Amino acid sequence: MRAVRLTVTAAATAAALTALPACTAKSDAKDGDAIRVTAADSTCKTSTKSVPAGQVTLKIENTGSRATEVEILFPDDRIVSEKENIGPGTKYTLTAEVKAGAYEIACRPGMKGHGVRQKLTVTGGGTSAERDPKLDKAVADYRQYVQDQADATLPLAETFVKAVKDGDVDAAKKAYAPSRLGWERTEPVAESFGDIDPKVDIRKPDLEAGQKWTGWHRLEQALWEDKKVGAEEKTLADRLLADLKDWQKRVGKAEITPTSMANGAKELLDEVAKGKVTGEEEFYSHTDLVDFKGNVEGAQKAYELLRPVAAKNDPALAKELDKQFAALGTLLDKYRSDKDSYDFVTYDKVGKEQQKELSDAVNALAEPLSKLAATVVK
Amino acid sequence: MTETQETKGGSPSRRALIGWGGAGLALGAAAAGGAMAMAEVGNDVDPAAADMGGAVEFHGAHQAGIATPVQDRLHFAAFDVKTDDRAEFVQMLKDWTEAARRMTAGRPVGEGAYGGLAEAPPDDTGEALGLKPSRLTLTIGFGPSLFDKFGLHGRRPAALADLPAFPGDNLDRARTGGDLCVQACADDPQVAVHAIRNLARIGFGKVAVRWSQLGFGKTSSTTPGAQTPRNLFGFKDGTRNIAGTESDRLKKHVWVGDGDGGDGDAWMTGGSYLVARRIRMNIETWDRTPLQEQEDIFGRDKGEGAPVGKAKEHDKPFLKAMKPDAHVRLAHPDSNGGITILRRGYSFTDGTDGLGRLDAGLFFLAYQRDVREGFIPLQRRLSAHDALNEYIQHVGSAVFAVPPGVRDSGDWWGRALFSKEA
Repeated sequence: MRAVRLTVTAAATAAALTALPACTAKSDAKDGDAIRVTAADSTCKTSTKSVPAGQVTLKIENTGSRATEVEILFPDDRIVSEKENIGPGTKYTLTAEVKAGAYEIACRPGMKGHGVRQKLTVTGGGTSAERDPKLDKAVADYRQYVQDQADATLPLAETFVKAVKDGDVDAAKKAYAPSRLGWERTEPVAESFGDIDPKVDIRKPDLEAGQKWTGWHRLEQALWEDKKVGAEEKTLADRLLADLKDWQKRVGKAEITPTSMANGAKELLDEVAKGKVTGEEEFYSHTDLVDFKGNVEGAQKAYELLRPVAAKNDPALAKELDKQFAALGTLLDKYRSDKDSYDFVTYDKVGKEQQKELSDAVNALAEPLSKLAATVVK
Repeated sequence: MTETQETKGGSPSRRALIGWGGAGLALGAAAAGGAMAMAEVGNDVDPAAADMGGAVEFHGAHQAGIATPVQDRLHFAAFDVKTDDRAEFVQMLKDWTEAARRMTAGRPVGEGAYGGLAEAPPDDTGEALGLKPSRLTLTIGFGPSLFDKFGLHGRRPAALADLPAFPGDNLDRARTGGDLCVQACADDPQVAVHAIRNLARIGFGKVAVRWSQLGFGKTSSTTPGAQTPRNLFGFKDGTRNIAGTESDRLKKHVWVGDGDGGDGDAWMTGGSYLVARRIRMNIETWDRTPLQEQEDIFGRDKGEGAPVGKAKEHDKPFLKAMKPDAHVRLAHPDSNGGITILRRGYSFTDGTDGLGRLDAGLFFLAYQRDVREGFIPLQRRLSAHDALNEYIQHVGSAVFAVPPGVRDSGDWWGRALFSKEA
């Protein structure tokens, strides 16, 4: 679980980044095609309402008195690309690769609120950038993987929810961690929607004032700390299942690019580094190593799909990633007796020195993994 | 805590000169020479380099950061090796050397902190952009445990002796030992932290930080005649430290000589041995100690730092005028058959300890020609008799072989140890 705000930025960055290599080559020649955006304190003027699909350039000038933020938005307000903190009197050039469709350009004076919007129609047949067919295949396969994970999660979640509703604490505890695996493997994709993650995977310390605590971790606390489930928990169990069905329905349509896949893999390791290695994620159940394994498996899947391209562009990086994925896998295996099961040692039994060893192995993998995105779009 | 001599040399204003470094002020061949080199900003020469905010030459017969005038701040890190691939480790040492060469000159590592590929994290982490070189020195050392790896058995110098358990030690495993270390000293703390952070990042997968220590204030000086900075007990300690200009004493007590330890140790010629000790001070009980007792414990007066019965800090002490368990008397070379070490320690404070007490003390760093003839006999004596022991506890410990300097742009840290023929 990560903060929603960060999630949105990460997804947007991923979307924006795919455009950049092409941009460096083309930006000078295509200067005349740029959309000029004049952002003032209460207005947002754009020089054109329609551009062809592909490389879109925004030449932004903040003529207002406050710092502003300019975004290109999908119809559902997901961010295609954005630039925050454009100071008064300053200019910035924003580029993004945009497919045909209806969009909005938003200027947010003061960097908050709904902002002032202008329509933008992008014409033509999809993206103009030529992409390596191997990367298209990687994205398609990954999309399928994400969907498969969601599909496989549903019955496991149903088992968990049924046990909660039956008031069977032992059975619910047993079904808890397995019900989370598919989610943990593909978390960055789910997070790109922004609204599902806070409902199903938020931890107590991350709640905002007045926010109702729902989802897995709320039930985790009931099962492990309170050791009982009441009417409230049973209602929340139903709600969890409904939210997960929503996820299953939408996840296949998520915006996925080679860059977002690679960055998603790195983000899964970030999840491990921030929440699992410290034992914060599963504060009550201590099933952190199951999530840990799920995160690593998901990262490895994304990497393996991108590997043919990565190995061609940077053989040394691919070799290093192969080695570090294997090393982390071997290390994790020490914490389960059966390699085919997800029955890991609980994290309260993992000593300080072992935690350090796990943390070192995560750093050893995450550092080269942070170079994957740039390598696959090279 | 032993005998030293320190400095409060005119410390440079940290960021005052940033604005006018760079273009238009190239001084060409002016100045330079000696230990101080000119720092480059782009292709121009930064005039700030001529003062103490400038760059310290990375290359030389000895590593910088030992005889170099002591900088204000420290970030010291000990690393564990995580790979068993010798070639990979050697490549990391080369990468570290190149990064150290750049950072000590005030340049970012690799391709810099911005302007590179948008999809890739920048090579440099960026927090030292715009800061002066700040006399950054980076000094590498190899711990005894490194010699159990990479087929280095038999290459370990006898002078790199394991430290025995001293009375009163309460060593925390998590703050003790390490296969290698890097000492980063600079006049700007951010420059020192940036250096360790970037080396650690380059090292991921090959090495991992085992422990690290920040030091906020120097407690010793290697500058002749300068005043000794006070430690957290409020005293000047170790006023007879070896100065960076005393080449005779450096040669005798600090640098490993040609032939020391026999042919097998030839790779250490020009190097030194480093002992690092995290010495926790019982600040609160010390502060409740009467002035007379404090002065008796050290064997100095608190105001001037003069030895008992003397007027000035640098006056030659009359040891017999001090109590038998006074710190200066016990640590002085005259009481130890001439044993002399070069001290380069820093005061540290890592917040409080959970009981509301300052987690503070001295991060003791001492360089010597042979640990068996330097720190070990000295600490044997101090740990058994020093009146100061009631107020201190050694809680972390490490010892390292510090190889000689990187000679030129083709050389790298540890070459003599790792080259096949050496």
